[in-house]
Amino acid sequence: MARLLVIGIGNPDRGDDGIGPLVGRRLAGHVPPCVTIVERSGDALALIDDWAGRDAVILVDAAASGGEPGRVHRIDLTRDTLPTGLSLASTHAFGVAQAVGLARTLGLLPRRLVAYAVEGAGFDPGAPISPQVAAVVDDVVVRVAAEVCRLQRELAEGTRQA
Amino acid sequence: MANKTANRTILVDYIARVEGESALDLRIRDGRVTSAKLKIFEPPRLFEALLRGRDFAEAPDITARICGICPVAYQMSAVHAMEDALGVKVEGQLRALRRLLYCGEWIESHALHVVMLHAPDFLGYQDGIQMAREHGDAVRRGLALKKAGNDLMRVIGGREIHPVNVRVGGFYRAPTRDKFAPVVEALKRARDLAVQTAHWVKQFPFPDYERDYEFVALRHPDEYPFNEGRIVSNRGLDIAVAEYASEFEERHVAHSTALQSVLKRRGSYLVGPLARYNLNFDRLPADAQALARECGLEPVCRNPFQSIIVRAVELVYACDEALRIIAAYEAPEVASVPLALRAGVGHACTEAPRGILYHRYEIAEDGSIVTARIVPPTSQNQLSIEEDLCEVATRALDLSDDALRDRCEQTIRNYDPCISCSCHFLRLAVHRE
Repeated sequence: MARLLVIGIGNPDRGDDGIGPLVGRRLAGHVPPCVTIVERSGDALALIDDWAGRDAVILVDAAASGGEPGRVHRIDLTRDTLPTGLSLASTHAFGVAQAVGLARTLGLLPRRLVAYAVEGAGFDPGAPISPQVAAVVDDVVVRVAAEVCRLQRELAEGTRQA
Repeated sequence: MANKTANRTILVDYIARVEGESALDLRIRDGRVTSAKLKIFEPPRLFEALLRGRDFAEAPDITARICGICPVAYQMSAVHAMEDALGVKVEGQLRALRRLLYCGEWIESHALHVVMLHAPDFLGYQDGIQMAREHGDAVRRGLALKKAGNDLMRVIGGREIHPVNVRVGGFYRAPTRDKFAPVVEALKRARDLAVQTAHWVKQFPFPDYERDYEFVALRHPDEYPFNEGRIVSNRGLDIAVAEYASEFEERHVAHSTALQSVLKRRGSYLVGPLARYNLNFDRLPADAQALARECGLEPVCRNPFQSIIVRAVELVYACDEALRIIAAYEAPEVASVPLALRAGVGHACTEAPRGILYHRYEIAEDGSIVTARIVPPTSQNQLSIEEDLCEVATRALDLSDDALRDRCEQTIRNYDPCISCSCHFLRLAVHRE
């Protein structure tokens, strides 16, 4: 059985930054029990420890690239790099884009790594999720659940071929 | 070669690889550096005002939010200041647990700074990710060290960033002894990695630069300092923490949203690993002293660029100290000591990874906070950073603008500054007519 991890990234107390953890919570019960779901905020470098030993990882994060709020980007990080603007600007020294870049350089990426980044409308402390982002939460949950199935299938086929 | 006599202006709009937002403005006229300003434009964060009226018990968790890198420092200074106000002393295993938690933060913070933030300056890389291509082993060591620190913080504090288990009087829950078993193995490995890291950084090319700083750090009768001690300096300062305000003051400067702290009688001073090490070399165990010497350090080091070696030595010390505390740990019967409310004033100073962090609170009879004052290490080092910049740049005027800019950024990163910590204050005057 593939070891699969979903990481909801963000601070639930900062408006649309909470989308990652919210999707993670909604996802519980809609994915097989072998899939682990965790929430993370703050230290992006620790993501590298989270995905150590995992076959596939899905990141769900907010984006602040200036796009339409609620727009959902899917980025296959096994192949592509994460545009810095799509990773919610971190006030700390390292953001998600840097953690992925560092893991790639060190050969520490999981076999499959896919990110779902949702454009946020606002990130004020204490603010709730904006209506534009709230409107797409269910859609993101469905897409991530489908991604889980797809990754499990791919990994199973990859194992059989190997 | 750059023209030494020309008028030049070196601007760095955004200083990378530091926590928070700042800029550098260096002006050179007739071959002389006329001004070096560390412009801190991180928005003021008003924590001191925000604390007024809140319950004393909230101070550790509110102030921890000032920084994601050194939340333990804020929690420790807050709980000790509140306990001082309430006339309570936390001893025994609870005291040891606090020291252990601080070890976790030092390991996590120093590993990040030494390997990912500062080393690239010496080896000529834009950042830690670029450096990882050719120094993968060193970066892996840094990540493993950081993880060991994170794991320790998680066991004691509940999570690695903004721990949730610290309270005035002790902890909400004291971990049982068996919880430390996996951490011990990680810390033993981390200690070896820290020694390797120290030997790696000792070979870096260090600019030939020394300055006659006034070093300020805590000093304890028999420990390398974390939570307790008198505030001392190499120029005769030796005061109880409660006397802090009589010797130090904070000043507004126009170019910075952070206050600059100075010694009232002598001006700038330096806090952090270099100051701690220089004032407490005799408090380090023989192993750590020997390692420092092997890495080319004398008992006193005045070259701020070599602070990276001192941090590596402190990494080793923090691993050793954590292992020592865990070996002697027995879970205390109660996780916190009882508190009786009373009105009072309390002070505390603890050694954050980047230097002393002072807290002072006045609380009312009902435990509500009347006034709060927080002086973070970066405010205390800010003037020293600017003086370093002036001198370093003056000696490096032959360099091209790009090389000079790099050298200046490296100089700032010697201090591992936490810019967002330094901007928690705004003086607001209301005139009614």
